[in-house]
Amino acid sequence: MIAFLTGPMLWVSLLVFFGGLTIRAVMYVRGLSWQLDRVAYKPHMARGMRGAIHSIRSWLIPGGTYGWRQQPFMATGFFLFHIGAILLPLFLIGHQEILKMAFGFSLPTLPSTVADVLTVLAIIGGFMLAIRRIALPEVRILTTGYDWFILGISVAPFVTGLIARLHLGNYDFWLTCHILTGEAVLILAPFTKLSHIVLFFMSRGQLGMDYNIKRGGAKRETAFPW
Amino acid sequence: MPQGTFCNTTPIGTEEALKALLGDKGGAQYYEEMKALDVDSDAIAALLEKTCQSRIRTWLEICAHCGMCADSCFLYRVNDRDPKQVPAYKIQSTLGELVKKKGKVTNEFMRHCVDVAWSQCTCCNRCGMYCPHGIDMGVMFSYLRGILNSQGFVPWEMKIGSGMHRVYNAQMDVTTEDWVDTCEWMAEEYEEEWPGLEIPVDKEDADIMYTLNAREPKHYPEDLAEAAILFHLAGENWTVPSKGWEQTSLSMFAGDWAACKMQVESVYDAIERLRPKRVIGTECGHAHRATVIEGPYWAGREDGLPPAPYIHYVEWVAEALRTGKIKIDPAKKIKEPVTLQDSCNYVRNHGLAKATREIMSYIAEDFREMGPNREHNYCCGGGGGFNGIGKYRSERNKALQTKRDQILATGCKLVIAPCHNCWDAIRDLEEEYEIGIRWSFLKPLIIKMAIIPDHLKLPEE
Repeated sequence: MIAFLTGPMLWVSLLVFFGGLTIRAVMYVRGLSWQLDRVAYKPHMARGMRGAIHSIRSWLIPGGTYGWRQQPFMATGFFLFHIGAILLPLFLIGHQEILKMAFGFSLPTLPSTVADVLTVLAIIGGFMLAIRRIALPEVRILTTGYDWFILGISVAPFVTGLIARLHLGNYDFWLTCHILTGEAVLILAPFTKLSHIVLFFMSRGQLGMDYNIKRGGAKRETAFPW
Repeated sequence: MPQGTFCNTTPIGTEEALKALLGDKGGAQYYEEMKALDVDSDAIAALLEKTCQSRIRTWLEICAHCGMCADSCFLYRVNDRDPKQVPAYKIQSTLGELVKKKGKVTNEFMRHCVDVAWSQCTCCNRCGMYCPHGIDMGVMFSYLRGILNSQGFVPWEMKIGSGMHRVYNAQMDVTTEDWVDTCEWMAEEYEEEWPGLEIPVDKEDADIMYTLNAREPKHYPEDLAEAAILFHLAGENWTVPSKGWEQTSLSMFAGDWAACKMQVESVYDAIERLRPKRVIGTECGHAHRATVIEGPYWAGREDGLPPAPYIHYVEWVAEALRTGKIKIDPAKKIKEPVTLQDSCNYVRNHGLAKATREIMSYIAEDFREMGPNREHNYCCGGGGGFNGIGKYRSERNKALQTKRDQILATGCKLVIAPCHNCWDAIRDLEEEYEIGIRWSFLKPLIIKMAIIPDHLKLPEE
């Protein structure tokens, strides 16, 4: 079972993930329209790209925007979860061994203590995001079953991975759960809200272009104060 | 009843139709008819298919339902943090549903959308600044207004407003003749006090073409005279067009995109006809948005720019004071604490915060910022057409409390509001809440403070 999941199934998952997300990104850009969006992308491309990069970068920095600074609880939960969600799948030593077996190369790896800490922090981050959904009326009214599913499936690989790592219960069972949920995330990403993995950059960048091309980019002396 | 006498999908095309609609006081019959108006689901589906592309579809799809937009919305805050006022909820439960159901919605749902689109969002675009994904719900509400409008679901005053543009090329019934007469009348009226004062109409190749808001010739013609006096003081070579002088666009608030295009093209035609070096618009926020920021796109201009450099009045005032074209008498500077209203349409949405602050540095001794300010300032409470819709007056008055409290916190009794909508909202908030403030455009203040050059002075008796 594990051999299948880390063999052919991994190939399929990665293919769907990278292929699907690439298609989503390309489709997004192809669907942009200077007339419908009312943004003259092409004639002001350089200024637009500067706006896009500034917009994306500001939101990737903890405390980089008014929004993050005004909502420290949300910001903390968000960054704890997302830092783990990006670093752990890529640089965990166990993942790199699979990569080496499958493709014959590997990326640098995180020291295992760092990886453990990041895992725990990511779970705490996910928990904080869940608390907001229950405790805050303005988030509760928006929250649907779909949102819970996305949050659940995103946190699941960390929880199952940590249980397996700590050898709590049946190791093989939890490792299988870990691989299954991890691959589920990969396969679901292009078709669900998880597509924000690339569409965040697209959407965030587009608004940055909008502001820098049309909404004052030629007038402001400083970058837009996100 | 598929189509009402007044409430229907046909835009106002004639003066008679416009007068008949105006005759339906308060839109009593109009709103009654709206309750029976048919919804053409196929037409909505086709419109969505054609116009709801990448950007908006992605916004609706990836919204993480995190609620970070809630606090950014002044309407959410001022309405006791009602979760139904969370921007993401407002747009998901209206446009989101419409897209999900591919237009297969009921009349009741459409009327609910009208209420949300015109009384729970002023299209101030502040929420987009606070959304991690960069989802601009103001843009989406403006888009929703267009869909509702195409089905005849639009507040009575908005239908009248865009009808005015279609019939008169102006938001009010000011004909070309009325307008040119007003220019002559104002020039004559003020000539005695300002020798040599002119309001040149249709002068070709002038340095400046001036455009304005129909309310000025219609209700406050002295505003036009003040503009003339300031150009006169500054020694500018300027003109106004006989046609294409109206810079505003109530059709933008109404979501009547065809009327928006007609209106802005009348201004661009004037620019092409008179070939001014640049164009200056009056102290109005949405007029600037409509004609300088969005207008080029309605007119199909690929570079996204008007046919000539087109600046806001505050940019011209800042320049005139900076270069000394107009000099301020230091003894006449504003001594009392004074605050400034940042118009969403040209500050958040066109980056002109610096120009107004530069002006304040020349004219005020005790300038106090509202908090928050600049790009992060709150809407006056009456933007996006909210001021003008009788049906939503109580919601609008509630919304004014945000600005009231911002002004009170500055301790100022004088508010400078270089925007018609903001000016109106601040006037109305004083009427409603009586906090003892005064409010003003820049023009009358600058005239009072300016040093009059000797050659422009009245000859001594």
